[in-house]
Amino acid sequence: MQTAKQPIVQLEGVAKSYGGAVALAQLDLTVYAGEFFTLLGPSGSGKTTTLRLIAGFERPDTGRIMLDGEDVANRPPFERAVNTVFQDYALFPHLTLIENVAYGLRAKKMPKAQAHEEAEKALAAVQLADYGGRKPTQLSGGQRQRVALARAMVNKPRVLLLDEPLGALDLKLRHRMQIELKRLQHETGITFIYVTHDQDEALSMSDRIAVFSKGRIEQIGTAFDLYERPASVFVADFVGSSNLLGGDTLLRPEKIQLLPAGSTAPEGFEAGEGILREATYLGAVTRYQVALADGTLLHVMESNTRPVGERLRLAAGDTVLAAWPRDAARKIGN
Amino acid sequence: MMQRFLSAFGWRHEGAANAALLGLPAIWFACLYLAAIGALLITSFWTVDSLSGDLIPGFSFTNFQQLLADPIYTKIGLRTIGIAAAVTITDIVLAWPVAFAMVRLAGPRLRAALMAMVMVPLWSSYLARVYAWRLILAHDGLLNWGLAEIGLPGLHIGYSNWAMWIVFSYLWLPFMILPVAAAVERIPPSLLEASADLGEHGLATFRRVILPMALPGMVAGAIFTFSLTLGDYVTPMLVGGEGSDFIGNVVYSNVGVTNNIPFAAAYAVLPLGVMGVFLLVARRMGAFDAL
Repeated sequence: MQTAKQPIVQLEGVAKSYGGAVALAQLDLTVYAGEFFTLLGPSGSGKTTTLRLIAGFERPDTGRIMLDGEDVANRPPFERAVNTVFQDYALFPHLTLIENVAYGLRAKKMPKAQAHEEAEKALAAVQLADYGGRKPTQLSGGQRQRVALARAMVNKPRVLLLDEPLGALDLKLRHRMQIELKRLQHETGITFIYVTHDQDEALSMSDRIAVFSKGRIEQIGTAFDLYERPASVFVADFVGSSNLLGGDTLLRPEKIQLLPAGSTAPEGFEAGEGILREATYLGAVTRYQVALADGTLLHVMESNTRPVGERLRLAAGDTVLAAWPRDAARKIGN
Repeated sequence: MMQRFLSAFGWRHEGAANAALLGLPAIWFACLYLAAIGALLITSFWTVDSLSGDLIPGFSFTNFQQLLADPIYTKIGLRTIGIAAAVTITDIVLAWPVAFAMVRLAGPRLRAALMAMVMVPLWSSYLARVYAWRLILAHDGLLNWGLAEIGLPGLHIGYSNWAMWIVFSYLWLPFMILPVAAAVERIPPSLLEASADLGEHGLATFRRVILPMALPGMVAGAIFTFSLTLGDYVTPMLVGGEGSDFIGNVVYSNVGVTNNIPFAAAYAVLPLGVMGVFLLVARRMGAFDAL
């Protein structure tokens, strides 16, 4: 980040199993101060377990959990300088929004008047200035989400843990909140560790992403690294959509062009003739499936940028030429 | 065919469907319940001819004046209410650890076992259980025999207010455990994690989250323990001593022995009024908000 990289959360050889079922196998992970770090993976991959270990809701079977250079593996959650935004928000239904947000401050014995004042400010920072007297049940999902955020951030944690915080929101609101979260992170400089199974969300918000699968980290890198240089077939397949040629060569659908049958591929391009199986118009892009002569099913995505009249008019059953730049097909792991 | 017709009719006329479902219970409630309380209130203003023993309908405060004039009735009323309150508080204190362990700490097997232990006494006779306590608490009973065995002096709690307090607390404990356990179970575990995450240790979480959220369950349990104690007269008869009468005992003797039903009715208005105040306070505390 701007200053020299300073580790704030370090997991060293952390393992966790539940009655014989391995949730995490020997995990090593370093998150730097000020980073927006995302744990990405399908459900059951260990990303939420990792977050819960950092928060202190679970204890590791082995390994060290370093927070700011101190091993906190044996410390309960209420003695760790981290705060969590829960998936279901976990707002206290019997308390008003002010009391909810002031909860952590009151736990630290801050006088009530001062705690409520701080809570007011925190609510204002998430555009809920006049809502302090309400109860959580009187709010919409998006508003509850923002209260949960304020309740965690008002404590000025060293690290903020977010467990799929936008999962229950509709798409539009989710996009708005993504921008909002980035802004809050940028303004406060708090380290965010963010759990999601949504790769779009991960790619659009994160400084770095750890891709989880079956209790292991498959790859840690920037969005660009994961998309353009995936370390494994799993990452290639999980992040974005993909074509795997010969089992180990990745070709992203948007890098392929479709040309009328019989045309010649441009210089430096590889090409194959095939039959169009399906064309799905999705507004900004059109998605095609092309069966090549050797039986490979190729996913192709073309953006609908050219004027309507100039677009290739294709229908299922047409013969087409699929062409892609030679260096667009990459061997995975290289 | 008929079922389809009725079902379709109910779908078109929601009011009719509700009336059909609620009609019978409403009639039962009105006739047996409200009418009985009404009869009680009316009778309390009647009097009895002291020579013939005949009921004299009318509107007179004689019974209430008599109740206020003799301090023994005030004493009995306060004893009844006091022990009902003590039993309620005792059961709240005893129920919490059991209820909490049952729904938050125990695994499925231990949980089923605890649930069975709470429920099984309810399937046995109330009288058998009170007599069992009589045998335990009597001067030459199990308790004093056990104390003597380990060299301690005997206690004289048989046939006293202490005995009634113990036996009532035992009898009504399940009626407190079950609603408290149900209330604790309804608290999402993530709220307890959130409290710890925000810096509160276990006891503070109990005070700031669990206790207020389980309040409706506690009040529901308290309604049971308080009202069941308030209306009882068998336990005072069996384990209470001389001068341990409850309101119920006075009512019982006026109905069965003295044959002064209006006086019994007048005294029975007191627990009704106390329960009314109790429910109003509970509502002000927000105990019924979740209903």
